[in-house]
Amino acid sequence: MSPHDHTDDHTHDHHHGDAAGHDHTTFQPDIKEPSEDWEFLEIALRELLIEKGVLSAREIQDEIEAWENKSPEGGARIVARAWTDDAYRQRLLADGNAAVGELGFTVEALKLVALENTETLHHMVVCTLCSCYPRPLLGVPPLWYKSREYRSRTVREPRAVLKEFGTELPVTTEVRVVDSTADCRYLVIPRRPEGTEGLSETALAALVSRDSMIGTAEAFSSDGKRNIL
Amino acid sequence: MTDRAISDLGGLAGGPIDISEHQPTLSERRIDAMMMLLRKKPRAFWATDENRRTIESLEPKTYEESAYYERWVLAIRALLIEKGVLSETEIEAKLAEVCARPAGGANGDQPSGDRQ
Amino acid sequence: MTGPHTIGETVRVSAGLPPGHVRTPLFLRGRTGVGIRHFGDFPNPERLAYGLSGLPKLHLYQVLFRMDEAWADEAGKEGVEDGAYAPGDTVAADIYETWLEPL
Repeated sequence: MSPHDHTDDHTHDHHHGDAAGHDHTTFQPDIKEPSEDWEFLEIALRELLIEKGVLSAREIQDEIEAWENKSPEGGARIVARAWTDDAYRQRLLADGNAAVGELGFTVEALKLVALENTETLHHMVVCTLCSCYPRPLLGVPPLWYKSREYRSRTVREPRAVLKEFGTELPVTTEVRVVDSTADCRYLVIPRRPEGTEGLSETALAALVSRDSMIGTAEAFSSDGKRNIL
Repeated sequence: MTDRAISDLGGLAGGPIDISEHQPTLSERRIDAMMMLLRKKPRAFWATDENRRTIESLEPKTYEESAYYERWVLAIRALLIEKGVLSETEIEAKLAEVCARPAGGANGDQPSGDRQ
Repeated sequence: MTGPHTIGETVRVSAGLPPGHVRTPLFLRGRTGVGIRHFGDFPNPERLAYGLSGLPKLHLYQVLFRMDEAWADEAGKEGVEDGAYAPGDTVAADIYETWLEPL
């Protein structure tokens, strides 16, 4: 499709790069004018780095697009494979980097560790020191994962935090908060919902939400709803 | 308590978590991309750990009050100076020029570099 | 090779308060836990943070703490009673060998 096909409604925001002097008042309302000091600092640093040949504008755009192409669908594919292929599940638990590599994912320089949730053990991941997150598998982290509230409270009151996400677990299930403090990145394998025996791998992947791979929620049930015990 | 690093939050009290979804703004996406490009090969001007150390070295008030990507862009600025990639003088001069642009022209939406 | 500690070993996190960039959270310092995984060895992040090589590498362990151990001396806070956590809940963290002492 043409990137400048204006017959569709204007839901994309990439209408730029036209000749200088083009009147943008019609087509550019969705690009927010910078207002904060740090947004001006971003412009200054970026323009200087481009002028000096350290980075190019094309590279920055490509990098933005590369990250936008990474999403929780990646992690969901891995989980669905682990649910349907027991040998794969065991390889994933034994060597996360190698097993996600089989499906075309690369987690460079870091150790990828898959954590399997069971009826008696529920993992939830936090980074209390910064905001470590398995971006190659889940994309850019949600704002709440990086928030002061999530980072501070999760290790102290995990069940209160889970409740805010609509997740309540029996006291017989050990809630294990995993603080991602070092060179490991964690992918939670949520429990496979009941009644999903006949589903294809693709249909199963659709039940694996981002939050279920962080551990603040469970996978959706077979009808696509939140799986509340 | 002075022994606690400003970034070390585990166990502190806090209010409810805002779990609403947020689409990153253009500024945020560009900061993210710049950080990744400057940190990874082939440039690798600094290690992730240096980035963390720089963020932890922000004034506590700045750390407390700043947005996530605001901390990132402040860290990029500090590390580019520390590593000798850019000088403080040229950054300040450029910043003054950017801030003086008329409304509507400051965004830098038209890349000024290699894009034709 | 699993470094100085073994899986299942009870270890204590150093209670030290060194200045500079540190990767062991304050809330676990001085706490006792059990090593549950050994991840291999990695360049020391507390040196990498200052542009150094981080060599020699350090062994990295995942250490498991009981919630009621981690928050044992929190005055006026009863985690189990107020629903913050259940008796069997735990917290695991990745801790480098330099921060761990055998018990």
